[in-house]
Amino acid sequence: MAKVLDSKIPAGPVPEKWKEYKAHQRLVNPKNKLKLDVIVVGTGLAGASAAASLGEMGFNVINLCIQDSPRRAHSIAAQGGINAAKCYQNDGDSVYRLFYDTVKGGDYRAREANVYRLAEVSNNIIDQCVAQGVPFAREYGGMLANRSFGGAQVSRTFYAKGQTGQQLLLGAYSSLSAQVQAKKVKLYTRYEMEDVVIVDGRARGIIAKNLVTGKLERFSANAVVIATGGYGNTYFLSTNAMGCNCTAAVQCYRKGAVFANPSYVQIHPTCIPVHGDKQSKLTLMSESLRNDGRIWVPKNIEDAKKLQKGEIQAWDIPEENRDYYLERRYPAFGNLVPRDVASRAAKERCDKGFGVNNTGLAVFLDFSESINRLGLDAMKQRYGNLFDMYEEITDVYPGDFGKEINGVKYYKPMMIFPAVHYTMGGIWVDYELQTTIPGLFAIGECNFSDHGANRLGASALMQGLADGYFVLPYTIQNYLADQTIWGKVSTDLPEFAEAEKKVDAEMDRLLNIKGKRSVDSIHKELGHIMWEYVGMGRTAEGLKTGLKKMHELEQEFDKNLFVPGTKEGLNIELDKAIHLRDFFTMGQLVAFDALSRNESCGGHFREEYQTEEGEAKRDDENYFYVGCWEYKGKGNEPELIKEPLEYEAIKVQTRNYKN
Amino acid sequence: MAKNISFTIKFWRQNGPKDKGHFDTHEMHDIPDDTSFLEMLDILNEELINEGKEPFVFDHDCREGICGMCSLYINGTPHGRTERGATTCQLYMRRFNDGDVITVEPWRSAAFPVIKDCMVDRYAFDKIIQAGGYTTIRTGQAQDANAILIPKEDADEAMDCATCIGCGACVAACKNGSAMLFVSSKVSQLALLPQGRVEAARRVKNMIAKMDELGFGNCTNTRACEAVCPKNESIANIARLNREMIKAKMAD
Ligand SMILES: Cc1cc2nc3c(=O)[nH]c(=O)nc-3n(C[C@H](O)[C@H](O)[C@H](O)COP(=O)(O)OP(=O)(O)OC[C@H]3O[C@@H](n4cnc5c(N)ncnc54)[C@H](O)[C@@H]3O)c2cc1C
Ligand code: SF4
Ligand code: FES
Repeated sequence: MAKVLDSKIPAGPVPEKWKEYKAHQRLVNPKNKLKLDVIVVGTGLAGASAAASLGEMGFNVINLCIQDSPRRAHSIAAQGGINAAKCYQNDGDSVYRLFYDTVKGGDYRAREANVYRLAEVSNNIIDQCVAQGVPFAREYGGMLANRSFGGAQVSRTFYAKGQTGQQLLLGAYSSLSAQVQAKKVKLYTRYEMEDVVIVDGRARGIIAKNLVTGKLERFSANAVVIATGGYGNTYFLSTNAMGCNCTAAVQCYRKGAVFANPSYVQIHPTCIPVHGDKQSKLTLMSESLRNDGRIWVPKNIEDAKKLQKGEIQAWDIPEENRDYYLERRYPAFGNLVPRDVASRAAKERCDKGFGVNNTGLAVFLDFSESINRLGLDAMKQRYGNLFDMYEEITDVYPGDFGKEINGVKYYKPMMIFPAVHYTMGGIWVDYELQTTIPGLFAIGECNFSDHGANRLGASALMQGLADGYFVLPYTIQNYLADQTIWGKVSTDLPEFAEAEKKVDAEMDRLLNIKGKRSVDSIHKELGHIMWEYVGMGRTAEGLKTGLKKMHELEQEFDKNLFVPGTKEGLNIELDKAIHLRDFFTMGQLVAFDALSRNESCGGHFREEYQTEEGEAKRDDENYFYVGCWEYKGKGNEPELIKEPLEYEAIKVQTRNYKN
Repeated sequence: MAKNISFTIKFWRQNGPKDKGHFDTHEMHDIPDDTSFLEMLDILNEELINEGKEPFVFDHDCREGICGMCSLYINGTPHGRTERGATTCQLYMRRFNDGDVITVEPWRSAAFPVIKDCMVDRYAFDKIIQAGGYTTIRTGQAQDANAILIPKEDADEAMDCATCIGCGACVAACKNGSAMLFVSSKVSQLALLPQGRVEAARRVKNMIAKMDELGFGNCTNTRACEAVCPKNESIANIARLNREMIKAKMAD
């Protein structure tokens, strides 16, 4: 019998579901809250907001992160902004429209009820953050300012210069700090969760490594919340921070938590291109640049060739010889099409030979027209820090004067190319954000529920904070309501000892391979396989090859890895080796899922399934479900379980950004 | 076009807070000058590991100049340069010349003990924030965001103060090991906004008391902090902090 996943979506019309849920969910009385412990792993937007909120409510919270401070979680790097349906611009926005755009943006592969709730609480997020002192941009009248982002025709994105993630995280971090001071949250920095402990079928704790001393420690609780971010670094090169990893999520998967939609990986169109094989990561240039920047490549292949050889520069090419291919193909949305569409269009041009740098893997993002219209000062006002950052990395200042042709002034453009950015798949959760393991919850980027096959700009920050501030604090109570009978969970239980022993043995195993290859050298190779065979355009054949190559490389890892040092004390290579072990599991999972999904949707593009114009061809008849995977042991193909999708409030349509 | 450079790197090795520490030296050859400083250190580590040695430990994460995790004292300057704010991870090898000797050390400050090599413990900063660097607001209780109008100028200025990434370069550069630029940035951000005004006096007193307790030195206005801050925080913040402190004392 096929397994069935219970998504626990409440009954009733979509707009009423969350209200209904809240009205009937079980509560924990204040005295009992004092007896209940919750572990929150991660201090990003999701983890910090959850830990702070749960602490305020009276639970005892244990909060861990791998960095030296909660404020350094990867969320800090988000540049662009956060969406909310405030309609402060009076441009026709509403909860329904945000919901609609998000579902459409996700190519109708998200869970409707979750997305509606996300849109519904989005407004509270802005209120909450402003009250914390987050300095969002304002207009002269003192009201909050907004801008528009890819995939939407209204201005609903709130921002704090190019540092929205930083400011939102510092807001959550300050609320978290207040709870640490109030002794409701106990913070463990430079700690890494290595395993989840299951007792009688429920998550009761974790094994974590103190990264400074190298010692393993046991933490017990009545519920465990995973908020450890995405798995983008499986590709080695990505816009993610170096520490981002999927070890915690993969351990949950190995312990029986089902993993959903792993093949949905977002490729962001506006990153600084790869320039050499020594590069450690890719840097994002905020998508907001597409508001004023126009994307183009030469119309003539000869010009492209000259650019690639460095014989001419962008500004030598006059207007009539430029192909603004997004504006040409998608007149309604132009440069503001969603990320998957923009990324694929760039790849298509470069594949045809129109790339503009020495590697042939770059397109121009040009501000000439905006500078001519608004002046360089206005551009600097809007994007100053991004321009500086671009110059620091590439030695070219975008906006510097280039050349005048036929009375038109041309300025130096940026060069951009798509890169792995965000992972929409994640641990499967039900409406309550609970995984298939009772007592184990997953929030933020590490769960799967809200983005479908694609994530629109400014919606990850929204989801992280929605989960942490406004959803989990309700739903977790529903679980905890009858957990007081357990009292304190003892870390002396045999399950803890066993889990600890296993983690310890794994560290010995990795240290004792004593082969010849460094972690990074193998990780880079994995990244190449992922990008080549499991990247922007996938084919059944390529995916099979990728799987085979990954399997071989994993064997190489098991046989030929070299980790210097010992497990005592701080050992950065050992920690990276553990991450890499789990990237292997993840990489294969992405490929299995991509191979099973014989359609193209959002960030998942199977080259066999495209329209004549090269657009993604979805197959709702056969693939209108969440692809959920159950672990079946190392090297074995996991088992696919389908959660069918249902849409009530929305009519499923083909995505169209042309008119 | 990138060109390759070769140079000598001297990097600090220290096995723990109690170890005395020493410099190791390594010759780096043909490093493309469009490599970032931290990527250069990745190459160094790859070479060390290939020689069977332990890698050189330093803190880093986002590599985009925003998380505040990287913290290297390069050629005598925190983050390696002063002409325009930039973090270590945003420093590129084109700033160096062929044949240079590059010295890398950890932040040296009593309040930031060395963990290993160039990784230091900056938890003291978190403790200062925990002492009061926030507005007290419970989840779900906020009024509509536009109910409090804030002049654009104030919001922009608050934003500039809020840009501090908590890297600790200011402390590392200060001969007194003062944390005033960091503390004053947070205090200024909140002082410029109407939110949390009611707890302003308590906030500033608690944060300063905590700072003193944790072993940070006093500010004697040498401005070394401002010169090295990668986010261009201004010492005008320190003046604002002092004003807030006087106000708080008068209210006593
Ligand atoms: C460059 C960039 C720009 C972006 N811009 C935007 C934007 O403009 N708008 C938008 O909406 N989204 C944006 N995003 C996406 C968004 O920032 C992330 O999806 C989101 O912040 C993820 O938050 P999170 O809390 O789920 O995870 P993270 O912020 O990644 O936090 C993960 C936490 O888990 C901890 N952790 C990880 N593993 C372990 C472990 N094993 N044990 C213990 N702790 C662990 C880490 O220490 C960290 O505290 C951007 C992303 C990037 C990379
Ligand atoms: S004030 Fe500047 S130098 Fe000091 S911690 Fe903040 S960003 Fe770093
Ligand atoms: S690594 Fe994040 S600021 Fe340098």
